[in-house]
Amino acid sequence: MSEQKPKKALPNKMDETMEGTVVFNVPFPTGDDLSALKDMGAIVIKQPYAIEYNYSYGQDSPFFAALANRRFIVSREPESGYTYATPRGHDMYTGQETEWVEIEPVGTVHAFTVCHFGSEEFLPQCPYVLVLVEFEGVDTLFLARLVGVDPHEASIDWVGMPVKGRFLRNSKLKPTDIYFYPA
Amino acid sequence: MRPVYAVSGGVSKFAKARPDKTFPALVKEAYDYALADLGIEHPRFWELVDATVASYFSDHFERQLMAAIMAQDYIGMLPKPSHRVEGGGATGGICFQEGWKAIASGYADVVLCYGFEMMSHVETWKGNEFIALASDVSFDYPVGGFYSGYYAMMVTRHMREFGTTVEQLAHVSVKNHINAYHNPYAQKRMRLSIEDVRAAPMVAWPLTRHDICVMSDGAACAVLCSEDGLTKLEKAAGRDFPKVRVTAIGRGTDAMRLSDRPHQSYEDFYKYNALPNEMEADSRAYYKELWAHGFRYPGVHSFRAGRMGSREAYKNAGITDPLNEIDFIELHDAYTSSEIQTYEDMGLCRYGEGGTFAASGKAFMPGIDYGLNLADEPACPVNPSGGLIACGHPVGATGLMQAVFAIWQLQHTIEQHFGDPALQVPDAHRGAIHSHAGTGTYVTVSILEREEAEGAQ
Repeated sequence: MSEQKPKKALPNKMDETMEGTVVFNVPFPTGDDLSALKDMGAIVIKQPYAIEYNYSYGQDSPFFAALANRRFIVSREPESGYTYATPRGHDMYTGQETEWVEIEPVGTVHAFTVCHFGSEEFLPQCPYVLVLVEFEGVDTLFLARLVGVDPHEASIDWVGMPVKGRFLRNSKLKPTDIYFYPA
Repeated sequence: MRPVYAVSGGVSKFAKARPDKTFPALVKEAYDYALADLGIEHPRFWELVDATVASYFSDHFERQLMAAIMAQDYIGMLPKPSHRVEGGGATGGICFQEGWKAIASGYADVVLCYGFEMMSHVETWKGNEFIALASDVSFDYPVGGFYSGYYAMMVTRHMREFGTTVEQLAHVSVKNHINAYHNPYAQKRMRLSIEDVRAAPMVAWPLTRHDICVMSDGAACAVLCSEDGLTKLEKAAGRDFPKVRVTAIGRGTDAMRLSDRPHQSYEDFYKYNALPNEMEADSRAYYKELWAHGFRYPGVHSFRAGRMGSREAYKNAGITDPLNEIDFIELHDAYTSSEIQTYEDMGLCRYGEGGTFAASGKAFMPGIDYGLNLADEPACPVNPSGGLIACGHPVGATGLMQAVFAIWQLQHTIEQHFGDPALQVPDAHRGAIHSHAGTGTYVTVSILEREEAEGAQ
C-alpha cells in the first residue's frame, strides 16, 4: 500500500474502431473429414440495425410545447395539490387527472453525477453532469443537465446548490430544451 | 400452497463474450449441468417435467424476437407448456418465482426455470444505450440516459443524507471481487484493495469501474418441484437428494422514474414499510430523528420495492430478525452502492447505516483474507459468490444464477461445484436471494431453507 504509484499511466492499448474488412471466403477443410469443425472458432459478422420511430408524447405533449415556448409547466392533482415536476397525466394516489400549472424553473440540486462514460448517443458529450432538481412546493423531482460547473471538480457540496433553468433558443422538443446552471 | 423444493441448478461460464455458442446452446450448457447433477438423462427428465419458465431481458440484445422458444426448442422441451417473463434486471428472480407459483398452486409437479442473455453482440456503449431504454424514453433517456449515472445520483444523495463514503462503497467491491476469486463461474476474479477501486477509471462520479458490474454472456437454470415431483425425480435418479425448500417469496414495485419516488412521512413508513426488527423504541427514535432532519422515504436513496419484497418474504418465512436469522444472501449488487442500499432495504441494518455496515465486516465471509481491518465478525455473508459485480450480469440469467448458488450453499455442495471449499457458508441453513430491476422498479426476494433429513437434526 505504501509504495508510490505513478500519477498517470500511459495507455498501453490502442483504441478499437468498428470498421472491418469485407471477406468473401473463409477457410474450410478441403477433404471429406469434417471432424476438425468441432474445433473451429466462431464467425462474427457485422449486422446493422436502424429504426426511426414516429414517437408520440401523448398526454405529455403540452409539456414539450411549453418548453418550446420557454415556459415550464408541471402536473398538479387539483384536490390534493400533489405536484409532479416531471409530468404525469394522472395522479398515482387518487387516480384523478392532473392539471397543468406553470412554475418558475428555479430550485436546488437534490442529487447529481458526472458521467465520464455513457450510452453511445451521449459519448461525445462526456463528461456531462446530470442533476435531479427539486423545486419549492413541488413533490417530485426533474432530471436535467447542469452546466456552469467544472465536471472534473465534482463535490458532494453540489447537493443543495441553488440552480436556475434556461431554455434552448432552438427547441428540439426534448426534455433537454431546458437545462440548469448555478443560480 | 404446497411446499416447493429446489433440487438442482446449472450455470454456464459467464464471460464478456461467448462467441463459441448461440444463446440456446448456452442454456443447454446450464441445463446439462443441472441434469448431470441430478443424475437423470434428458429423455427421462423430459417425461417428468410439467412446464418451463423462460427468462431474458432484452429483444435488443438478443436481436431476436421470441428468443425463449428457440431455447425451449433447442434443449428439447417441446411441446411442454412454457412462457417467457421479463422485468428488467429482476427477470431471473421473477422467473424463479413464477416457477415457484406453478408448483405451489398445484399446477405442476416439476418445473424447469431457465434464463439467458447475450450482451456481447453489441459494444459496451451500445449495450448501455439498450439498458438506458429501460428508463422513461420521454423524460429520462434523452437527458443522457445511462444507468450508472442514475445509480450515481442515488449515491450522491445517500452520501449527503447519511454521510456514506466512497471507501465504504469500495469495501463491497473488495469483498465481492475477492469472494469471486474462489468461484470458477465468475467473470472477474480479482484481489483488489480499496485503493485499487478508487484509482480505477471514473465512470459516473463517484462510481469507478470497480463499483459497477460488467456486461456478460451467460445462462442459468433451476429445477423446482413439489413433494410428488421430488419423489418422482428421486425415483428416476435412484437416490435421495439433499432437501432445499423455497419457503417464501416476496415482491415489490416502484415508479419507473427516479424523479417520481415519493417522499412518505414517518407515520406512513411505519404503517406500510417498516420491518419487525424496526418496531422497537430504539429504531422508532432513530427514524424519528432522521425525519426531523428532512429524511423522506424512499426518496432516491432507498428502494421501496426491495423493502416491500423483503417484508413480504420475511412475513411468509416467519423471519423477524434478518441479520441473525438468515445465514447468507445473494443480492443484486449491480453497483457497490446498490448493495449498501439493499442492506438497508432488507433490514440487515437501518436506513442510513448501510455504509457503516458495509465496512463493519458483518457481510464478509469467514476464513477469507480480504487485506482489510474489519471491526466485526461475519454475521450474514452477502454475495459469497462474488455477486453481479464479480460474476457478471447476463440479465435474464442473473436471478437464476443466484438461485443456483443458494441451492448449492444449502446442499452444502459448494466445494463439489466450485472445486474449492472457501465459499461454503458454514452450516448454511437459510439463505435469501434478491433480484432487482431498473432504478428499483421490480424487486423479488425469495427465501430458501435446508430441510434436514428426518432424525438428522
